[in-house]
Amino acid sequence: MNNIIVLPLIVPIITATLLVFLNNNIKLQRIVSLITMIFVACISVVLLQLIQTEGILRLDFSGWMPPFGILFVADSFSVLLVLTASIVTAVCLIYAFSTIGERHEKMYFYPFVLFLIAGVNGSFLTGDIFNLFVCFEVMLLASYVLIALGGGKMQLRESIKYVLINVVASWMFLVALAYLYGTLKTLNMAHIAQRVAEAGQDPLLTVVSLTFLVVFGLKAGLLLFFWLPGSYSVPPTAVQALFAALLTKVGMYALFRTFMLMFPLQPEITHTIIGVMAGATIIAGCMGAFAGRDVRTIATYNVIISVGFILVALAVGTEDAMAGAVYYLVHDMLGKALLFLLIGTMILVTGEVVVKNMNGLIRIYPLFGWIFFIMMCALVGIPPLSGFIGKVLIGQGAIETESYVLLALAFGSSIIVMYSLLRIFLASFFGETSINEEDKMPIPRGAMASFIILAIFIIGLGVGAEGLAVYVNDAAYTLSNPSVYIDAILNTNK
Amino acid sequence: MKVNDVILKSVVRGVVFIVFTLGMYLFFAGHNAPGGGFIGGLVLGSGIVLLYLTYDIETVHKGMPFDFKKVAAFGVLLATGSAIASLFFNVPFLTQADGYYNLPLLGEKHLSTVTIFEAGVALTVVGTLVTIILNISEDE
Amino acid sequence: MESLMIVLVGILVTVATYLILSRSVIRVIVGTAILSHAVHLLLLTVGGLKKGSVPLLGQAAAPFTDALPQALILTAIVISFAVTAFLLVLAYRMYLMNGTDDLEELGGSSDE
Repeated sequence: MNNIIVLPLIVPIITATLLVFLNNNIKLQRIVSLITMIFVACISVVLLQLIQTEGILRLDFSGWMPPFGILFVADSFSVLLVLTASIVTAVCLIYAFSTIGERHEKMYFYPFVLFLIAGVNGSFLTGDIFNLFVCFEVMLLASYVLIALGGGKMQLRESIKYVLINVVASWMFLVALAYLYGTLKTLNMAHIAQRVAEAGQDPLLTVVSLTFLVVFGLKAGLLLFFWLPGSYSVPPTAVQALFAALLTKVGMYALFRTFMLMFPLQPEITHTIIGVMAGATIIAGCMGAFAGRDVRTIATYNVIISVGFILVALAVGTEDAMAGAVYYLVHDMLGKALLFLLIGTMILVTGEVVVKNMNGLIRIYPLFGWIFFIMMCALVGIPPLSGFIGKVLIGQGAIETESYVLLALAFGSSIIVMYSLLRIFLASFFGETSINEEDKMPIPRGAMASFIILAIFIIGLGVGAEGLAVYVNDAAYTLSNPSVYIDAILNTNK
Repeated sequence: MKVNDVILKSVVRGVVFIVFTLGMYLFFAGHNAPGGGFIGGLVLGSGIVLLYLTYDIETVHKGMPFDFKKVAAFGVLLATGSAIASLFFNVPFLTQADGYYNLPLLGEKHLSTVTIFEAGVALTVVGTLVTIILNISEDE
Repeated sequence: MESLMIVLVGILVTVATYLILSRSVIRVIVGTAILSHAVHLLLLTVGGLKKGSVPLLGQAAAPFTDALPQALILTAIVISFAVTAFLLVLAYRMYLMNGTDDLEELGGSSDE
């Protein structure tokens, strides 16, 4: 019994409901929501330490033993993601304080961000696949509200598309769950894994797993990403950054759990399909990033490229690749949040969205410009910044399994990422400035602080990779040896 | 605009109490028979919506001066509150307590903390339902 | 009985697909609602229909029906209730803002 595991889910929910009562006191709302996120981050650090000493932790709700009850499971993989998600949310909140505007703040912006993070944390921590569905829905409902908040013309138009596509995806999730329950008669993830391992993964189960692939592929933006560029470009910047950092990652986390833990026995079918999808995602993402003229489009297609890149690791499936994927997931949450915050600020200060129409920003905002440069290097994977180690490890895994096509695509995409971001950097930050010293719009101090914090984390993640290695290796070990996870859940005699 | 809705008004005046009674019955029946917080809350909420339909928003608001968003939030708070209470007793999250008590007038009854959780659910449903309906109707 | 239910589920999905592919937002929303009913029936069917008595206190009969699918359906109903309600409000707001409920007219991306 480890009640601490449930805190990342329940604390944001409770504070969110408290904030509804404090709706008129914006200052208090800001403070409480920020403290909540920092608290959750601290909890996850504690959890991470606890897992290293005591192994995988689990919490059976109201004492129902697995596989009968709903449970939360904390292993290094999920807690690392919870930790990163909390940090990113805290930073996005700091950015939102100075930019989101009082109108949004009075429309329950902070409560819904907290509901969103509760859903995200719940999805990472749950050990029951139906509970995963519920947490997904909590996250999605909050995201529906956040995307439509403010109610601009385009915003409402895009949000209805976003909601509809997600409703259909959730429906498919339920269909997959129904088939799964019909065949295996269990919903506990470890128990599913055990039954699949015992009975073998027959074609029926493989089909069920592929239904899950479609569902999570839709949520993660794996090949089925057609909804993503539109809906990620309409909400306010802080919300965009949150979405880009968190939502697709939850889908990817679910994919890793599905195909590394529950259905790992038919890799020649499932992992091959994932590989093809990942490759196609990378190619399509690169095309979008190449062709995009406005900064938002380029940024959203960068999200898609990274989805493809991380899922190359899943297709490869070795322990090295898993370690790379965990590193890269953590890095990508921080990196994409920073990318979207910077892009949003560029649009804010220039009033332009097209790359060509902005120039000379670095003369006016030198620190801002160099942070953009650091972020770019990190996303491309230049050592010693954070993207490097993930890329190397995933590449190493790809070489071990001789999947050279995926390797070429994955590393080729880095060049496109560099090209697309360097284009923004050269065109918008250098050259003659079009803004006068006098009427320049200052970047809010809070926004600047959030960039600096994220940049420090990105540098720290790269330089301090050695310190993180313990946790990442543990996560990768658990991912590539499902029996460890199954033992921790189903051996109830401890 | 003057609509002749005498029949509607007089019928609703009686019916709304039947609806509320049914809602409360369903809520308490959920203890160990079909029913429960969600369905009870839905019935209660539809009773309130019926009132809003018959009388106008201002009149109903005089009788029930609640902000239904806050009702929903309070419901969530109640439900999660009963869930985390288990943390302070050092038992797994969501554990509920129950027992048989001898109450004056009612005799021996089975009481349980699940009822608090269910009350939270019911309030959340009522709050959400009414908020949504009001949200659509307020623009006219 | 199960086969009959599956056919029913199929019919519901067909109807829902037809509605979702239509142009009016309201019809699309009704379509998603029917879609969710279809999957609830599917969940009920895979759990096995009418095999034992009601899993309630006081019913002493030996074999009980598996109650889990019903718990799953209840959860799914609550979620689809919330989502449908939200969608209706959203569609109404969008109609006020954009002056049309025709998805064809709403289509297209913003920067052409």
